[in-house]
Amino acid sequence: MSQGLDGPAPKERSLPEARRSPEGIRLDPSTGVEHTPRRTVISALVAHEPGVLSEVSGLVSRRQFNIESLTVGSTTNPETARITLVIEESEQGIRQVETQLKKLLPVISVRELNNDAVRRELVVLKVHAEGPEQVHAITEMYDGTVLDAGPRTITVEITGDEQKIDDAIDAYGQFGIREIARTGQTALARGDEWTTHAEESRYERTTTVHTND
Amino acid sequence: MSERGSTAVPVEEQTTTTNDPADEPSPITTGAQSVVQALSVAGVNALFGVQGGAIMPVYDALYAETDLQHVTMAHEQGAAHAADAYGQLTGEPGVCLATSGPGATNLVTGLADADMDSDPVIALTGQVPTELVGHDAFQETDTVGVTRPVTKANYFAEDADSVGDLVGKAYALAREGRPGPTLVDLPKDVTNGETDQTPGAPALPKYHEIQEIADESAVEAAASALESSSKPLVLAGGGVIKGDATEQLRTFAKRHEIPVVTTMPAIGSFPEDHELALEWAGMHGTGYANMAISHCDCLLAIGTRFDDRLTGGIETFAPAAEIIHVDIDPSEISKNVAADHPLIGDAGTVIEQLASAMERSPSAADWRTQCQHWKSTYKMSYDCPKDGPIKPQFVVEAMDELTPDETIVTTGVGQHQMWAAQYWTYTEPRTWISSHGLGTMGYGLPAAIGAKVACPDQEVVCFDGDGSFLMTIEELSVAVRENLDITVCVLNNNAVGMVRQWQDAFFEERRMASEYPWVPAFDKLAESFGAAGFTIQEYDEVADTLAAARSYDGPSIVDVFIDPEENVYPMVKSGGNNAEFALSEEQL
Repeated sequence: MSQGLDGPAPKERSLPEARRSPEGIRLDPSTGVEHTPRRTVISALVAHEPGVLSEVSGLVSRRQFNIESLTVGSTTNPETARITLVIEESEQGIRQVETQLKKLLPVISVRELNNDAVRRELVVLKVHAEGPEQVHAITEMYDGTVLDAGPRTITVEITGDEQKIDDAIDAYGQFGIREIARTGQTALARGDEWTTHAEESRYERTTTVHTND
Repeated sequence: MSERGSTAVPVEEQTTTTNDPADEPSPITTGAQSVVQALSVAGVNALFGVQGGAIMPVYDALYAETDLQHVTMAHEQGAAHAADAYGQLTGEPGVCLATSGPGATNLVTGLADADMDSDPVIALTGQVPTELVGHDAFQETDTVGVTRPVTKANYFAEDADSVGDLVGKAYALAREGRPGPTLVDLPKDVTNGETDQTPGAPALPKYHEIQEIADESAVEAAASALESSSKPLVLAGGGVIKGDATEQLRTFAKRHEIPVVTTMPAIGSFPEDHELALEWAGMHGTGYANMAISHCDCLLAIGTRFDDRLTGGIETFAPAAEIIHVDIDPSEISKNVAADHPLIGDAGTVIEQLASAMERSPSAADWRTQCQHWKSTYKMSYDCPKDGPIKPQFVVEAMDELTPDETIVTTGVGQHQMWAAQYWTYTEPRTWISSHGLGTMGYGLPAAIGAKVACPDQEVVCFDGDGSFLMTIEELSVAVRENLDITVCVLNNNAVGMVRQWQDAFFEERRMASEYPWVPAFDKLAESFGAAGFTIQEYDEVADTLAAARSYDGPSIVDVFIDPEENVYPMVKSGGNNAEFALSEEQL
């Protein structure tokens, strides 16, 4: 039985020669498109309400965003919290993270921070105390603080940018790191610049709260 | 900002203008009454739902509310689909109600369907009392957690004072901007709790701004790209219908003589019998729509999310085209296909902006001739041997001829859906109601119920498959009880035919679990439900039996025994090149 429609088979048709990249970008036949992922910091000011962290983490997993760290903390305004994400994505992926985050209702404002943003991470690590002098020397070198020193372990705190934390962890490696806890990066825009666009009005609300007190 | 844009005002400001309780204190009511009042204030006329323990206070509050038509559905999934169709047809959120636990989880498929298709729906679910939440109480489910990924927004109601405005907020969110489903979970202590608060009109939450007007310089750049194009094409998406932009689209395309393809959800946005219409593109779209999309040099895409069933493989989707992407949701820009000219805003508003920015029409006479040539080369046709079993396409065309233009077609999912989309000529928006993104078999019958409740003066025809119909057949009891005059055509091939077609093409004809020779006699089943049942086995019965089914005052089921081996063509292989659509199995 005959099945289907009449007409030229695919091979007999004029087919387009141009192509897009897997990201849907029209390729310039002479150059093509490079699409390398880069690491960047996204800051989001969010409403401080139940479920917001779940919404953000759910979005990240559902859309398969490549995320390095996520931190949440309160702000001076009891109604808002700040979420800082470190992601590694292509340019298009970074725009997706921004716009998809912005679409979440509790998210007030989102922005990718500039490279010069002030970024910090805190690590607490516990090392074996066989050579306390060397541990103290390394701690001093990295501007750290000894939080607890006992006969068998020493616990220190180091704060800094990602590179410094990584270096410090390497240095402590010689003593044998027993346990480690990292906070993930948190960040603010440098200088006069607001970290997210809603910041100015948020600041105004904060002052209102204070005058009401 | 247009009038719709003004709804982005913070909630506090709006409630102060709508509430004026200054003089007399509001009477004491319950949270449940506040929920029902919020629906009334929003202008809701109809609700679809199923009773159950935790939602009983809300139903009790509905008892006195005679202005709200409540349609008791047989299953909560049916309630969600009926609300979804109602929402699509009215442009206002369709409301569905369910109890906690299984009632809420049964809604999930319908909510996911509405989420994928951006349909305005609001679900109200009962919940166990707040003090029992987290204790695995009887019929407790974390409804907010379960539905978070399939709703635009969802909320757990915290107290009787705020629950009314919370429902209003969910209602506004379901409708405004890019529509979608929202949910409010209503614990029993909240609905039973006392309040003297009166809910205001639906208002959007704070910080929720919807951009309606596109950036003017981007509009100008897009307009000049279109002006200098020699192969321009409009791709109308579902957002054109949802944004009420059909008139603007039609005027624009005709004024500049730009051929129009649509996505499936946009069927009816542009009249399919117009010379510029190339109908819908994608996996089972017309050959001419897919040829045009593959060869255009400028694509004006409006309100579409570039679904994979539309694009095929991204590498070969409109590969030479500069893309102008109009969408109200900024996260759709460059999600799947990179936009050269992103225009964020309301579909109708942006088309009007583009129209004013266009100084001349593109010179595209050759292109239009080419499109007409493709239309005749890849004409939608089918063989119809009168001695063989009935071809489903013939049934679709026969029903189209019998019915007026504004007839609403609903479908399930599968081969019958594709034939109903391909061989019915749609000329009006909001006449095609189907499950696109999620592909929910069983959508057709409850959607027909929602459609008839929304549009009692329009004829409603549901095309269904035997497998699809069987999935929500319980809703026939609802159509009978409500005496809804709908006609269901079951294109019965004793199989889940689309699966069978794929098995034949890609699994060496191993028909595992796809043939359904055991389906019941649908005409007799219809009669036992109290509906009218018909069968069609021969070509010469088609017109008369369809006419008889239509003229029956109430739900009628026509069981059409179609050619069980008939397949859907054209077909673009999953992830394939749109221009390489197969016209028959040998070409796959």
